[in-house]
Amino acid sequence: MNLPTMDRRVAVKKLLDARDGALVVTGLGSPSYDVHAAGDRNDNYYLWGAMGGAALIGLGLAQTQPSKRVMVITGDGEQLMAFGSLATISVARPKNLDLIVLDNQHFGETGMQSSHTGKGIGFDKVAAACGFSETAELRSLEEVDTLCEKLRRPADGPRLFVLKITAENLPRSLPPRDAVEVKNRFRAHLGFATC
Amino acid sequence: MTASLQAKHPETAAVAPTPAASEKQWPDQVYDVLKAAGISQMSYVPDAGHTTLIRLFGEDPEVVTNVLTTEEEGIAIAAGSWLGGKRSVVLMQSSGVGNCINMLSLPVHARFPLLVLVTMRGEWAEFNPWQVPMGQATEASLKAIGLKVLRAETGPDLVETVAQAAVMAFDADQQIAVLIGQRLLGKKKW
Repeated sequence: MNLPTMDRRVAVKKLLDARDGALVVTGLGSPSYDVHAAGDRNDNYYLWGAMGGAALIGLGLAQTQPSKRVMVITGDGEQLMAFGSLATISVARPKNLDLIVLDNQHFGETGMQSSHTGKGIGFDKVAAACGFSETAELRSLEEVDTLCEKLRRPADGPRLFVLKITAENLPRSLPPRDAVEVKNRFRAHLGFATC
Repeated sequence: MTASLQAKHPETAAVAPTPAASEKQWPDQVYDVLKAAGISQMSYVPDAGHTTLIRLFGEDPEVVTNVLTTEEEGIAIAAGSWLGGKRSVVLMQSSGVGNCINMLSLPVHARFPLLVLVTMRGEWAEFNPWQVPMGQATEASLKAIGLKVLRAETGPDLVETVAQAAVMAFDADQQIAVLIGQRLLGKKKW
């Protein structure tokens, strides 16, 4: 039986429309395209590489900007490479870090090979076992609307939400390739000097 | 504090004496120069050679510390810290350098300041042959991915090297690893 999935671009647009000042970090591949497609902004930090880095960049950012909420938007493949990060983040216990895993159960960027998440590995369950303060698996845009409301409210610790999305390759919406420029404009957004 | 100074200022006698800088061991002095450089976040996979630094940072309420499951996590955390306006240092053993290579493309390509302190194994009085391959490949691997590599074999040289490496990292946007020679660390107790 095929369980329902949702449109990734619509889901990400909903999350970003409700970001309410949140700083956003994106994992390489399609999540970066999804966030860029919703509108390029200085308070987005996009990855084009460094697979497995998104959640941990989010942790470093959350620890240094405790008054702001940090939202990491990444894919199942990228998060699989950072499996241990769920332990590190849980132990660090930031109250302002939310991980959104866009889960199409495939490595979409490399030819749609099946990933672990279609074979019994649920990041919501893994994160719950690690001690995240809240986790869930969502399968509909209506649930995303509810999540947007939830994310506005304070958390007791890190949260992780799996959004089951349709496995499809949408037209790419490419963020700037110049990672130095993206870094500098992000820091400038927070009022820090660039060089 | 000297005895004669205490005699002149008996009111300070109740304060626990702290060793003068010259009497401190190098791990304490490295902590001092990292604090002076504005480090407020430290991430680590433990190594015996980093024991004192890990303890000092862990006891410091001004510093956020993260214990890692694998060393490359610290590279990404340091980048996030810089995005958020703070300075981070990553501590690891030479065996962990191999785990970091692809993640180092992040600070190298995006020119994030990066300061990594690496305690060396596999190069001096090493008893464990499994440490030798990565120990011998550490410097070449770091240079191959684009880091600047500095090395110290004595305590005073290490303290000076870390101090100037912090300047290059955070004031000149460089990605720097400081290798702490196994000769300095001494033979591991077995």
